[in-house]
Amino acid sequence: MTGPATIFDKPNTYIGQPTPRADAARLLQGRGRFVDDLQLPRMVHAAFFRSPHAHARILSIDTTAARAAPGVVAVYTGAELAEHVTPYVGVLTHLAGLRSAPQHPIAIDVARWQGEPLVMVIAQTRAQAEDACELIEADLEELPPAVDAETALTADAPVIHADFGSNLAWERKVDVGHIDNAFAAPDVTIVEREFRFGRHTGVTLESRGTVCDFDPSEQTLTMHYSGQAPHMMQVILSRHIGVAEENVRVISNDVGGSFGIKIHTYGDEIAAAAAAKLLKRPVKFIADRMESFMTDIHARDHVVKARMGISAEGSIVGIDFHDLTGVGPYSMYPRTSAIECNQVLNLTGAPYALENYRAHGQVVFQNKNMMCQYRAVGHPIAMAVADGLLEDAARAIGKDPVEVRRRNLMRDDSYPRASASGMKLDDLSHQKALEKLVEIMDYDALRADQIKMREKGIYRGIGFVSMVEVTNPSPMFYGVGGAHIASMDGATVRLDAAGALHVSSSITEQGQGTNAILGQIAAGVFGVPIERVKVTTGDTATVPYGGGTWASRGAGIGGEAMLQAAHALKTQVLDVAGVMLQSPVAALDIRNGAVVDAETGAERITLDALARTVYYRGNELPSDLKPELIATRHYRVTDFPFVFTNGAMAAHVEVDTETGFVKVLHFWAVEDCGRVINPMLVDEQVRGGVVQGIGGALYEECLYSPEGQLLNTTMADYIVPMASEMPEITVAHIETPTKTSVLGAKGAGEAGTGGAPAALLNAVNDALSPMDTSIWQMPMTPERILKALGKV
Amino acid sequence: MKAPDFDYLRPGTLAEAIAILSEHEGEAQPLAGGQSLMPMMNFRVAAPAVLVDLSALSELRGITRTDTSVRIGAMTRYRELADWANICTDLPLIAVALPHIAHDAIRNRGTIGGSLALADAAAEMPALMLALGATIELMGPNGTRHVPADDFFQGFYDTACEADELIVAVDIPLAPEAKFGFHELVQRHGDYAMAGVAIKATSLAPLSGLRIAFFGVSDRALRVPALEAALDGTSGDEAAIAAALPALEAIEFEGDLKVSAKTRAHYAGVALKRALAEMLA
Ligand SMILES: Cc1cc2nc3c(=O)[nH]c(=O)nc-3n(C[C@H](O)[C@H](O)[C@H](O)COP(=O)(O)OP(=O)(O)OC[C@H]3O[C@@H](n4cnc5c(N)ncnc54)[C@H](O)[C@@H]3O)c2cc1C
Repeated sequence: MTGPATIFDKPNTYIGQPTPRADAARLLQGRGRFVDDLQLPRMVHAAFFRSPHAHARILSIDTTAARAAPGVVAVYTGAELAEHVTPYVGVLTHLAGLRSAPQHPIAIDVARWQGEPLVMVIAQTRAQAEDACELIEADLEELPPAVDAETALTADAPVIHADFGSNLAWERKVDVGHIDNAFAAPDVTIVEREFRFGRHTGVTLESRGTVCDFDPSEQTLTMHYSGQAPHMMQVILSRHIGVAEENVRVISNDVGGSFGIKIHTYGDEIAAAAAAKLLKRPVKFIADRMESFMTDIHARDHVVKARMGISAEGSIVGIDFHDLTGVGPYSMYPRTSAIECNQVLNLTGAPYALENYRAHGQVVFQNKNMMCQYRAVGHPIAMAVADGLLEDAARAIGKDPVEVRRRNLMRDDSYPRASASGMKLDDLSHQKALEKLVEIMDYDALRADQIKMREKGIYRGIGFVSMVEVTNPSPMFYGVGGAHIASMDGATVRLDAAGALHVSSSITEQGQGTNAILGQIAAGVFGVPIERVKVTTGDTATVPYGGGTWASRGAGIGGEAMLQAAHALKTQVLDVAGVMLQSPVAALDIRNGAVVDAETGAERITLDALARTVYYRGNELPSDLKPELIATRHYRVTDFPFVFTNGAMAAHVEVDTETGFVKVLHFWAVEDCGRVINPMLVDEQVRGGVVQGIGGALYEECLYSPEGQLLNTTMADYIVPMASEMPEITVAHIETPTKTSVLGAKGAGEAGTGGAPAALLNAVNDALSPMDTSIWQMPMTPERILKALGKV
Repeated sequence: MKAPDFDYLRPGTLAEAIAILSEHEGEAQPLAGGQSLMPMMNFRVAAPAVLVDLSALSELRGITRTDTSVRIGAMTRYRELADWANICTDLPLIAVALPHIAHDAIRNRGTIGGSLALADAAAEMPALMLALGATIELMGPNGTRHVPADDFFQGFYDTACEADELIVAVDIPLAPEAKFGFHELVQRHGDYAMAGVAIKATSLAPLSGLRIAFFGVSDRALRVPALEAALDGTSGDEAAIAAALPALEAIEFEGDLKVSAKTRAHYAGVALKRALAEMLA
């Protein structure tokens, strides 16, 4: 990439500074603008009657009483809504062979998971809509469900989509090198384990929600949306509800967390949009917590049977595994539910120089809620399998896990290169990250403490993970397969008459500080105090076209577009200043809100004086000068399918062998996300990610009965990590900027979630090792640990 | 998750409240701190036609101490208990247990009467009342009744308090010489216990006058007389506990989503061991 060389060492740059977020005060003072805060004139509320069964034929639905209930405005069954909404199918062509059936926002003939919408009631209040839902009489014939992914492919399993003949949605095989030969070599030790990863979900603080409005006079549909990808939603609404794309406006104001939950097509949201169009008035739907647990996408749900071979000296000779994942009755639209399994196949063992690699992934349909992309898609599985086996193998041959990593990690000077699965890798720093980790955690002291404590009957464990993270995806992620999802992002920077900057971007803010880094980049690159930058995101009517914030792409892609736009505007402004000041442009710079002499820093003209001249008194300028005080740039990743980042993490835990409780004593994360734009935000992203990873490793699981009933739908029964149990999380950085952009930023949002579970698994098994037992199932609940210990 | 419609009444006197409850037999439900009842109504698990807010009843408020006992009004919030000047000296067992009950926000509203009336099997308060030998004062259309805690908790969310009665107060005997123990097993601080125990002993060496109440183990908080007898007169050392533990088999342990009945049984023993160890330390 070519570009401005001096932007990172300018005196007034904000890039790299722990600049406080502009929106923090607003949110903390309760001035956030979330979807549920919206009260529009004539607004009505949607509630859903949902399938009580995992699999049932809909014989008849009587809505007479519901329609007559107080406050009810309209009632729609699946068949009624289908006249106004075209079905969608969650497949993409680059995931060859992936199949899924047409899906309707509200089920028509057959309900295929407990919680699937069967009827939508629209009433004056949500309470009235819920009252009316209780009056609906549905005659449902229960069908045998295929609940358990492990039996979904057996001959006698009920087939969820008869046309397909089986419940197989997708499969992929990778076979590189000669794994059987490698494993058969004389000095090779094989470890073999069966890993189980429970289902969990995102549990966003703000639940999913939308307020949709339709104006028949202009045929415009406006969706206020708690979501991450407004332009994607714009296409989806247009295509399936039948409104011209340019007439659909999607607005995402403040979003209270998303974690990938809010990039999918949910029947209840689409139905609410359709109802707004039919009723020509605003319709609000806010998922309550129970609906969130039942219908927000779930994640993980893998059974992985895996083997690793290791030589006596500690060289990994290969990994061989089978991954089975259950994704619910449909592949989620539009991103599909095959991506997580695909990532597992792409990423397992990716930090290590592997010559032999064989993997078989199978994605199956089942009668449970749908599974799809959630923070760190596939990563926790890939990392736990590879690094779990690595530490198991190290124990088997009596070597220290750090030593084994040192021997097998890809060397920092060996890039560019490819992983065994064929991923293009560049600018990674596994070795540096591991050495820094070992140093900041004081590894030797922890080992000494471990031995001392064991004598007192206290079992502590240390576990590691070396990881990669997929960030900054290129069009090869979705667009190539036919998805209407942008991989580029745009940024616009405009100088107003008061000398302030108005910037807008197609990436979105969900609480992680997107708007803050956009402001930092614009202020730093252009040269104004950050207080003078106003950031707009999340409105398809006003921001440039682009993908949004997901897959750790906001800073790396949206940030680079902002850098380029700010730089372009700076050039344009300096061209004007050069004419006004009769000075060569090269002798000028913009700093702290003024055009200055580049050499001495002496002020030549303030930006507001310049802008006022341009806007108000253009007569003072030569007629052939055509000032443009606005610039737009777009950016996409080229040459690489993804920009990989890497990290090394460690967990220190204490296992109470009498109760099976795990206490996380300390966690360390060394992360290389390239250029750090705001260290405070990156550190908190890593910490938040680690906490979410601890959730998956120790607490969180969506539990289903054998009949397919979700058993825990409250926050008392589905437990998430809470502050009082969380350890100190020490974060450190290696900065290896990516060469794919000037900014050099890679993603950082998912690393903690991707890596922490593996480190915890290894730490718990290290703690359990004196008892000669181990656990390979997440979450590692107290009872499962007691079972591993043979205590219950 | 919106409650169905209901009528809301806020009587000014206890007599008026009782009259409302009997008038609406079974259709009315008292509202104390609302920390359990409001979620149940929003989940539509509870759907009272009439909600009787107890917050204006001065008869249900206040903590009063006599020479022999402490009387705590039913509407006393956990927070008010924790802030009571004598809590550590007069009711040390409650002082130790309070921080384990839910979280600040809930303790600011939840009441002792609400907890006892609800009688959640995993709640701390019922077990504390059993261990302390408290008496629960009820008021109904036929006047006042005093029910010992031992007879109050009758089953899964089931107590001696009738639908037209209210808990007015609890009376806890003062025991300045007694020793107390408390331990509960939770994965996260503030959760309902996976098993817990509250212990009162009149002396430690040897253990005597034991009242040992378990919670989070079965359908209600309960004591196990055989266990108390087995430990009475012993030093409470490991061998004594091991010898007493089989008495726990009298409990019908219940499993839930987090732990099986078998694990609960194991946890009850662990909680007992740890509580005694802390008492004897
Ligand atoms: C997140 C969360 C965590 C919690 N964790 C714990 C915990 O760890 N341990 C624990 O013990 N509790 C816990 N609780 C419950 C909390 O302690 C409740 O406040 C308590 O159980 C009920 O008290 P309340 O005053 O809120 O009663 P309410 O919810 O108002 O009423 C509860 C029931 O008692 C009845 N009732 C109330 N007062 C009277 C009265 N004077 N006479 C007759 N009937 C009456 C009501 O009709 C209702 O049926 C938790 C609650 C929440 C929301």
